[in-house]
Amino acid sequence: MTTFDPYAPSRDTTEGTVYSVTGGDWDSLVQEIGSTKEERVVVNMGPQHPSTHGVLRLVLELEGETVTEARCGIGYLHTGIEKNMEYRSWTQGTTFVTRMDYLGPLFNETAYCLAVEKLLGITNDVPERATVIRVMMMELNRISSHMVALGTGALELGAISPMFFAFREREIVLDLFEMITGLRMNMAYVRPGGVQQDLPEGAIPKIRDAVKLMRKNFKDNTTLLVGNSIWMKRTQGIGYLDLAGCTTLGITGPVLRSTGLPWDLRKMQPYCGYEDYNFDVITADTCDVYGRFLIRMNELEQSLRIVEQALDKLEKLQGAPVMVADKKIAWPAQLALGGDGLGNSLDHIREIMGTSMESLIHHFKLVTEGFRVPTGQVYAAIESPRGELGAHIVSDGGTHPYRMHFREPSFNNLQATSAMSEGGMIADIIGAVASIDPVMGGVDR
Amino acid sequence: MFGARGTGDTSGYGGLVRTAASTGSSERPYGSYFDEVADDLERAYPLFSEAIERVVVDRGELTLHVKREKLVEVSMILRDTLKFEMCMGVSGIHYPTDAGRELHAVYPLLSLTNNRRVRLEVSVPDADAHIPSVVEVWAGNNWHERETFDMFGIIFDGHPGLTRILMPDDWQGHPQRKDYALGGIPVEYKGATTPPPNERRSYK
Repeated sequence: MTTFDPYAPSRDTTEGTVYSVTGGDWDSLVQEIGSTKEERVVVNMGPQHPSTHGVLRLVLELEGETVTEARCGIGYLHTGIEKNMEYRSWTQGTTFVTRMDYLGPLFNETAYCLAVEKLLGITNDVPERATVIRVMMMELNRISSHMVALGTGALELGAISPMFFAFREREIVLDLFEMITGLRMNMAYVRPGGVQQDLPEGAIPKIRDAVKLMRKNFKDNTTLLVGNSIWMKRTQGIGYLDLAGCTTLGITGPVLRSTGLPWDLRKMQPYCGYEDYNFDVITADTCDVYGRFLIRMNELEQSLRIVEQALDKLEKLQGAPVMVADKKIAWPAQLALGGDGLGNSLDHIREIMGTSMESLIHHFKLVTEGFRVPTGQVYAAIESPRGELGAHIVSDGGTHPYRMHFREPSFNNLQATSAMSEGGMIADIIGAVASIDPVMGGVDR
Repeated sequence: MFGARGTGDTSGYGGLVRTAASTGSSERPYGSYFDEVADDLERAYPLFSEAIERVVVDRGELTLHVKREKLVEVSMILRDTLKFEMCMGVSGIHYPTDAGRELHAVYPLLSLTNNRRVRLEVSVPDADAHIPSVVEVWAGNNWHERETFDMFGIIFDGHPGLTRILMPDDWQGHPQRKDYALGGIPVEYKGATTPPPNERRSYK
């Protein structure tokens, strides 16, 4: 065919004839491709695609419906957070990191703060109540994150109802976050030295009620999906990646645990006092999408168990401090919600504005300049919903990080897309990517 | 600012600066499992003293400073003999004032078998920013090395496809180097030009 087709122009390259599809008349394109000997088709999927889990671009080489090569294109959500943090104080850093993996903000904040505290050498001075609050918030966050993973994962495979139930549960958790921190996402709640403020009045009974409600609600999704024959056909044996593949690719989190290895940093290298909580590490031995789905499903219950234990601890620690005693590090964050809706503590304002010049200077210097952190580098890792989230921070002794790098599990795990999906059907890529549960905000940072 | 000389620090906050972590080697015993790791590596790798420039233990973490020529060899032994099966990526650091060793690459390793961590650090001069790739040792470092190349301009020799990963393919410069301004390009709007943020003010 030699006539020019405006909808499917072709050009000859060293790789062979390349057809660009711009929409419109598919008949002529199909006809023309059918006349060539080679049946290799390269399809660009995303970055704007409803089932690629965010702005992820997949470049797929197909033979019929079989994927022969799959490559990811990322970087569409790159925001330069790591660079920006080098120009902001250590406390302001939490405001940045919380925006990376936007489904697990509290994990980002905690990993960052644990690293800063390690650099400061105050790891053991962080008050117990602050640590318990961190654990409780992280586990609630794990539930909300897994709920998005399950809900959108099911939605992308064509099951709509699980998404409704999953987002209903996520809403419960986000309401709790709003009550405690004032924000539903990106809350910058965990700060170096502790947490920004204590739980509000009456929070513990409300969280207990929410835990009870969620435990009852989880059954809805369980009955919908576990053992559902359509769901199992779409997920069993799909996205296979065994232990050797996981270790060489550096894969952690539910994908690693789906190979049967009970590797969970909360148990293996406990931080934030996780050794004092009773919970199980959930594994599967099927190395496939279904196994990862079951792991996330069952981790919900384990997170609820940890939340309950944290609440018991918090009841005993009523009135204890939530920030380190060192006033050279702790922000003057004695906030109280006033009648005007602003978060200032009138007592604190009276002190710095009316009675003590030194307090004012102290407040001003700490808030504008910030505290200094001794020279050195540390790596602090925690178990985020997606795997090992590591914060590598270098300080030169100044008031802001010299270099801050996050080892994002989403970024790393997304590399497994090729191994999981090449040789399979194009429809199964969706399930494989969804089982990795990449959050593009974390991938690109 | 406001005519203050010196650091301008009148608050006493300067007093918080504690002695910087020693840049020299740490002395034995290193403590924890670090002695065992060092011993095992010495036993398995006869060129230990030649390849490992320094051993630093700081804040409960072990860092081995490796010469770049020996990086792949040391990595192989750490993976196969010492069972550090996983590499958690690579993170670049740019020290423009550290003459001859301006660019550092840091590799956090993890052993699933022994539940241990160790860190490798390689430093190279800016003028010759080449480090051998460890993708053949830990395939998962592929994207991490691409990111470090993208952000710092370190060239990982032997990488299967070293291209930019986060920035656009035709981007000029490597954004996380210290000589690259924050914001990078001046923002132009209706004739006025706003300089990059770090040239507007400094907290230091």
